[in-house]
Order: sequence, then C-alpha cells, then structure tokens
Amino acid sequence: MTGVLHHPGYADEKLQRVEQLIPCRELQAGMLVSLMGQLPHAAVSCVECVSAALLYERVLTSFFGRSAASFLPRSPSLSEFVRLYRHQRSQSPAEQTRYIVMEKAELLRDADANLLPALLRLQELVDDNITVILLSEIVWEKFRPNTGCFEPLLLHFPDYSKGELQQILSTDSHPSYSAELYSSYINILLGVFYSVCRDLRELRHLAALNFNKFCEPLTEGKVKETETHKLWRNIEPHLKKAMQTVYIREVSSLQWEQMQQTEDEGGALRGLSAHTHVELPYYSKFLLIAAYLASYNPARTDKRFFVKHHGKIRKTNFLKKNEKTSNHLLGPKPFALDRLLAIFYSVVDSRVAPTASIFSQISSLVTLQLLTQISHTDQLDAPKYKCSISLDFISAVSRTVNFDIVKYLYDFL
Amino acid sequence: MSTSSVSKGCFVFKPSSKKRKTRSLGETCVNVENKKPSERRFKLCEDLWNKIKAETEVLQEELNKKILDSLLDFAKKCSTTRQHCDWASKMRANEIPTAALVLGVNVPDHDMTFQSLFDLLKHSVTPHVVSVQAKECGVLKHLLKRVLEGLMDVAVDDDDEEEMEQNPRSVHCSLSTLSDWYTAKTKKSSSATPGKKRNVQDEDEHHHHHQTPPVVIIFKDLEGFNPRVLQDFISICSRYIDRLPLMFIFGIATSPSTVQHMLPHSVSSLLCIELFQSLSCTQHLATVIDKLILTAQFPFKLNGKVMQVLISIFLYHDFSVRNFIKGLQLALLEHFHSQPLSILCCKKKEALLNVTLLSGRDLETVRQLPSFIRFVEKQEAGEQVKLMTDDDHLKEACQKLIKDLRKYHKSYYPVLRCLHTLTSLLPRYPLGKQIRELHLICLEKNVWENEDYQSAMNIVNQFKFVEFIDGLVTCHLPPPESQTLYEVCYYSSSATVRRHLNATPRTSIQTALSSPCFYLQSLKNEDGTVSNSAPDICIAYKLHLECGRLINLYDWLEAYATVVSAAEGQDPDCDTFGKVDDVKHARFIRSVSELEFLGFIKSTRQKTDHVARLTWGGC
Repeated sequence: MTGVLHHPGYADEKLQRVEQLIPCRELQAGMLVSLMGQLPHAAVSCVECVSAALLYERVLTSFFGRSAASFLPRSPSLSEFVRLYRHQRSQSPAEQTRYIVMEKAELLRDADANLLPALLRLQELVDDNITVILLSEIVWEKFRPNTGCFEPLLLHFPDYSKGELQQILSTDSHPSYSAELYSSYINILLGVFYSVCRDLRELRHLAALNFNKFCEPLTEGKVKETETHKLWRNIEPHLKKAMQTVYIREVSSLQWEQMQQTEDEGGALRGLSAHTHVELPYYSKFLLIAAYLASYNPARTDKRFFVKHHGKIRKTNFLKKNEKTSNHLLGPKPFALDRLLAIFYSVVDSRVAPTASIFSQISSLVTLQLLTQISHTDQLDAPKYKCSISLDFISAVSRTVNFDIVKYLYDFL
Repeated sequence: MSTSSVSKGCFVFKPSSKKRKTRSLGETCVNVENKKPSERRFKLCEDLWNKIKAETEVLQEELNKKILDSLLDFAKKCSTTRQHCDWASKMRANEIPTAALVLGVNVPDHDMTFQSLFDLLKHSVTPHVVSVQAKECGVLKHLLKRVLEGLMDVAVDDDDEEEMEQNPRSVHCSLSTLSDWYTAKTKKSSSATPGKKRNVQDEDEHHHHHQTPPVVIIFKDLEGFNPRVLQDFISICSRYIDRLPLMFIFGIATSPSTVQHMLPHSVSSLLCIELFQSLSCTQHLATVIDKLILTAQFPFKLNGKVMQVLISIFLYHDFSVRNFIKGLQLALLEHFHSQPLSILCCKKKEALLNVTLLSGRDLETVRQLPSFIRFVEKQEAGEQVKLMTDDDHLKEACQKLIKDLRKYHKSYYPVLRCLHTLTSLLPRYPLGKQIRELHLICLEKNVWENEDYQSAMNIVNQFKFVEFIDGLVTCHLPPPESQTLYEVCYYSSSATVRRHLNATPRTSIQTALSSPCFYLQSLKNEDGTVSNSAPDICIAYKLHLECGRLINLYDWLEAYATVVSAAEGQDPDCDTFGKVDDVKHARFIRSVSELEFLGFIKSTRQKTDHVARLTWGGC
C-alpha cells in the first residue's frame, strides 16, 4: 500500500504509520506535510492556559528547555516574552520552522486583547522562523480582531462522512470476533446514531458499550455470525434505548453496563432529569412563589391580584402595546426586595413576623440558584433579584402548598 | 461556624455558650444563693449536654453510614475498573467517575457529612482527597490553585500581585504540575519498602489502590459554582485522565438535574455520573426526635410549646437538623440557668441526693410551684400543714414525687409508641402521621379527651385490645403538667426560645431606639432608673415619632437642641439654653442620616427642607 503522503524529509514508512493513525484525513495531512516539513513544535491547549504566563512558559519550555522558561518573571508581559524568545533564539537559532499549535483557539478571544494579534505576527516580532497554528471549531470571521492583524491561512477540515466514520470505527474490531462482524455492527450503530451524533469519540464509546449486547445471541449460540438481520433485530431496540439514556448521560455508562448484565429492561433506574423535585421549607416555598409572581407579572398588575377590593379591572384595560407578547416568552424580569416581600405577605396564608430567618431564606434561595441576585452583592440598599425557575417547577411547588399559581399569573388571565 | 446559605442573613459570633453561662451564673449566685448549688447545676447541665451531644454524633454517624459506604464502594470500584485493560475499556472514552451526592437544601448541615466523607476516603481509599467550595473558586485559576494546594500541600504560584515570591517552593498553577507530582509520588510509594508505614496486611488488601490511588476532588456546593469555571475545569481534567486517575464528588443541594442545567452535553459527556441520595431532612429530624426527645434516657424535657417552636422553625424556616439540636441546647442552658430547682433534673440517685441538699430558699420555691400547690390541696389538712412548714417532711415528700415523675416518664414513652403504632395505620392519620405530632397532642392535654382520639378508637373498636389500650393511655399518657414537680424537668419558656432562635431585627432596632437602656447597661443609674442622656439617634427617633408624614427638618433640629440641652443639665433660664450650636447641629445631622440609613425616613422631592417618614405606629 502506498501512502498519499510524501515528503523528502521523512521516511515513507513513518508517514504511512501516521496515515494509519489518522484515517480519512489523508488529503489535509498531505497538504500540511507539504507546507510544513519537519516540525519542532509546541502544542498548547488554550483551555489549560488560565493565564498568558502559562502559555509563554509552555512555548519556551518546548523550544528551548525548562531552563529558558525559568527566566520568565512573575506575571510576564508580552514584550518580556518576546525579549526572552529573541534572546534564546540568538543562542539556538532555528534550523527548521518552529510551530506553535494552539488547541481551542477561540478561547484566545477572551484573553488579553493584544495576545491574538501578537500571535498572528509572532514571526515578525521575534524575528524567527516560526509559525502559529490555531485549531478551532468556529470560523475565523467570528474571532477576527479589529485591525492590524495578519490574516491567517485557512484550512478547512470537513466533517467525516458516514462512509468515513464507518471506515474509521471498523478498524477497532474486537480481537475475538471477525472484522466483518464488527463492521456490520458499526453499520447498525451508525444507522441509529448518525442522525444525532457525528462525534467520533462518542461513537467509539457507544460502540464499546453496546458490543457485548450485540454479541449475546452469538455467544448463546442462537444466531450465526452471518445472520445479520437477526442480529440487527436483536440490537436495534437496545440501541434506541441507549440513545435516550446513556448517550445523553441520563444514565451513566457504568449503570448502563450493570443494566445490561442484570437484564433490567423494565428500567427501574430513573435518569438524572427525572429527579427534579426539591424539598423546601414552607416559607421558602412561598418566597419562591412570590418571586415567580414578581418576575412574571408586571408591577402595575399587583393591585389587581393582591388587593381585595380592586374593583373590576379587566386585562384589556391595562394591556400596554408592547405587552402583547407573553411574559413567559420574554423571560423573568428583575424585581426589588420590597415587592417580593409585599407579595409574599399577601400570598402566605398566616401572619408571618419579618424575622431574620425570612431574610436569610431569600439568600438561601440565591445560593441554591433558584433566585438570582441582579444587583451587586455589596449593594445593601434595595437589592434586586430575578426568579430563575421554570413554570413546571413552580407549579409543582405551589401544588404542595395548595396554592393555585395560574390564577395569579397575568399571562394566564 | 459556617457563614453560608441558611444562616447567611445575619451572622452573630457569640462567645461560646460555656463562657457566657459561667458569667451569668456567677452573677445570679451573688444575688440568689450561695455559690455551690449553682456550680453543681452548671456541672449537671454540662454533663447532660455532653451526653446528648455524644448521642447525636453516634446518630449522625449511623445515618450517614449507608450513603458513605456506597460512596466508598463507588470510589473503590472506579479505581479498580480503571486498571482493566480489555478491549471494551480501551475503547471506552475515558470518562471521569463522578458521584452526584444529593444532600438537601440546608447547606450548612452538609459540613459534617463532607467531613466524615473526607476522613473516610483518606482512611480507606486514597490519601489524595481535596474538597473545594464555590466561594473560594470564582475563577478557574483559583479553583486550580485550591485543588493543587489541597493535594500537594505546597504554596501555588497564581501570579497574583499581592503574593510575594518569598516561597521558593511555590509551583505553577496548572494541572500538568499536579500530574507530574502524582507520577513522582506513585513511583516513589511503589518503590518504597512495603510495611514501612502501614502494616503488611493492609498493604496487601489495598495493593491496587496503593499503586494508583485515585485523586478525589469534592465540590461541596455544586450550585454555587460558576458553570463556566466548572466546564473549563472538567475539560482540562479530562485531558489528563489517562495519567491522573481523577474522581469527582458533587455535593448537590437541590436536585440532580442541576448537573444537566449547568453542564452542556460536550462537558457532561466527559463524566460518568452516579447518583447518591441521602436521607431526607424530615426523616433525619424524625430520627433525632426519636432518639433525643422521645426517651426516658435524658431527664431534661421540653414542654409542648417549646417543642412546637423548634419544630416549626425546622419545617417553616430552615430544614436544619443542626439548628434543631442547637435549639435543644439553648433550651437546656436556659432551663438550668433560670430554674433553681433544675438541680433535681438528673439521674434518679443523684436527684434523690440533691433533694437532701436543698436549701431553705429552694424549699420555698418548691412550695410555690403551681404543680406542688395543686398537690398540697389534695392532701389532708394535717399533711398540708406539715408540707408547708416542716422542711424535712417536704424533702421526703419531694423524694417520693421525684420517683413518681421518673415512673411517669418510664411508662409514658412506651405507651406513646404503642398508641402511635396503632393509630398510624388508620386511614387519614387521625392522630398524625409522625409520632412527634401525637407527642405534641399528649403534651398539650389529656389525649383521651381529644375528638380525633375518640374517632380513632371507634375505628379500631372491633378489636378486643382497645379497652386495654384505652386503659393504658388514660393511665400513662396524661400531660406532664398534671404531674407534681414537673417544673423540675420541663422547660417551658417558648418565648425565650423563639426570641433567641428566630430573631426579629426590626423589633430589636425599635427596642434599641425607644429604650436604649435595654441594650446599654451604662444608661441605667445606680438606683435602677433610666438616665436621660440617651444616644443622639434615640432622641431624634423619639422626636420623629411625634411628627406626621412629612417632617420639617428645622423644627426637628430645634426640638432636638432643646432636649439635648435639658439632658445635659443646662439651666433652662440660661440664654444659650436650647440654642443650636455647631456641635449640636453636627450631632443632629449625624442622627438623621443614621435614621435614614436604618430606613425610618427618606428625603422627599415634595418639599426640600422636609423628610418623609417611612414607618408608622409603634412596631
């Protein structure tokens, strides 16, 4: 087999090995090899570089060794990095192009404003034969800095096609079964999952999790390897179930495997999202209800809901032009503490003293992320909150205290 | 003391109750009695509290045992499966094993659970455990720093300006540092001679873990973390999972679906999450009440009202078992502090001995106890006189009464449980679903006169034993108030408990402003009257109470100057009396702005030289 990759700097065997590691990327790899040649490089993940200092350190360490990085001062600036790099370069000049490969480059947008432009013209700054490669999942247009930066060369890696995925996944075949069998298994797997997932890593993971089940009829001797249709009939419902559970991490892979072993198809195991019930103290429930009402009802309408003899106020009377859209579509609005307490005292069915624990319950609800504090925590005077729970959640809470929340919501009037 | 979540509203760091106790007891002994009995009372109180505390600790341990055990199993299982290298595990994406531990909404209560989890993990699974809290980890850098510091026990360089480079051992704040450290550490420990640190058997048992013990990171309050920080941290960790056997434990207060709200699929797919649900807090409370309250083991008791206060604080406000126990402790301290006869609230033998040591003053107190008066009224005339005059005879009678009280308690709880078992099976729980509800009914009045009791008995009437049960109930479940000398054991001041545990800041501010001597002892004169040199803000406050909705600032200032002059003892006929000088003016302005800060007044646009009142009436 002759590879697609050729380069005078490399032995053909070596390139072929690389080719096997990256199936279906021959074209792009070939282009990169022809562009770059041999690679002294620094690979950096931008998620990991919580500060620019870490980035500089990684780069210097990979090119010039640990001792070079130790010259970096604390909190180094970009110019210090450039100075140090130039100094090191003059001692060990580049024989070949040096490469910096940056994974998740889109995160550079959140770093210091001068970092990305500087990286793009690093060659000019450090006066060295150096190239920066940015790897990203989003298009360059989305993170082009303002002006004065060099446009990088763009190289697009298209998604793997179904056939390519099939080809790649099939190479993992199980040692105890034939490659054909595994390939047909992958075919079935892709038939179910290709529409929702194209992530190679995930697909490989799913293949591993379900292969035992696929082989079950074989090991029991019920079916022969060639009877693909029977195997398909056996595994397909199982894979569909996997799509609704283990694929979206409703059920963990460990639990999934246990379920397979115990044949617990009834599904006594409830997924993560089935657990939405939250036990709250009695007054916390009412505080949450009051917060929900304050977030989703316009303040003008409070009189209509909470004053006993409000007269006849119909919805059309106080409908403003821009309020024709449902408040639930617009999302929660901020409200002040005063309003929250006023509504709370009006909805709670008994006389409640304004004790410290009522107030601390409000901050508890904030800690639990059921309410969000909008104003800064330093602001003691008239803090503002938003209610961050869904209608389903609040309806469930109201039911436990026999409060008909829908009757108090402007949207449902 | 924790200052998060439910106790977030206001923090009062009081000196430990012991210290306060000694001082206040010291004060009373000067007035009321000689020193010895009060010291003995304090000793009794302390011993009793220590016993209750020990009991709660055992209880907590038992309650946590089940969930902690399953967590430990999970941790062990994860670290062993990691070492398999068959086809399937090679193929599987390297997910980070994660335990989602649901603990209920009272966050401060979790501390104890996490502490024991931490200790257990350290003891039996891995030496590398660290727990982090959201408030310390606002940004990714701080989270990394916490994790590294906790695991490696070195100073971590995080490029913050304030921290100087004094520590030469400080390391870079990145996970690769941790990974290098881990590799070095595991290499070292596997080459070290076995049995040097631990005994050989232990070494064999945990052979697997010792080679590559997992690195456990506990996120105490998942909800509090910034989702972005968490996502970044998890994606970094997953890059190292092949070198660094990480494991997460998420402490969740609300519901497990929070994980899905916080993490997108791209991140949650890096985790292998298993759910662990702890006992609900109401069940926890039921167990605590069962073991601490519904038992004859401890002589100290709460009356119905105090019980009601503690339970309603739990159900209505905080769901905190820890606060419930604190409330019990407060009641205990208050009882021994305020009731001189609490010296008899102890074990039978000791109580009988203490009766003989009662002073004449104590015996007078006994004679004035309402329950004792009722008892005396039932006696014959001769006996009545003897009880009221003969101290020795009274002591003998007391010993007998104490014994009776103990007998009452000994039969009360078993009969209560018996009745509960019977009625909790009935439809719609006529006498309450929980035994504490039945207990409350029995504490209030004769349970057999209760309508619900009668209807419950009518339902079960078809059984023969009903008469027997009914007999037991009438014999053994009368309310404690009917027992003579019940005051010795029962703490009944529900108002005190409520005031201390469920503070009303607004009322306190009003009290402080209207009668400052309530808080400032220095304002009390020697003869007990109140001095008129109240703080400026109190004077301004009192004057403002006399105004309408709008207050004219100049009138207010003049009135203030007059009051202050009088308070300073100026001669009313003097020329400068009631005149506004610079100092008075400044003091007045300060008081007004303080009142504004406390929310009593605010400036108004209606009239520039006026302020508007914001509160009405006395409260």
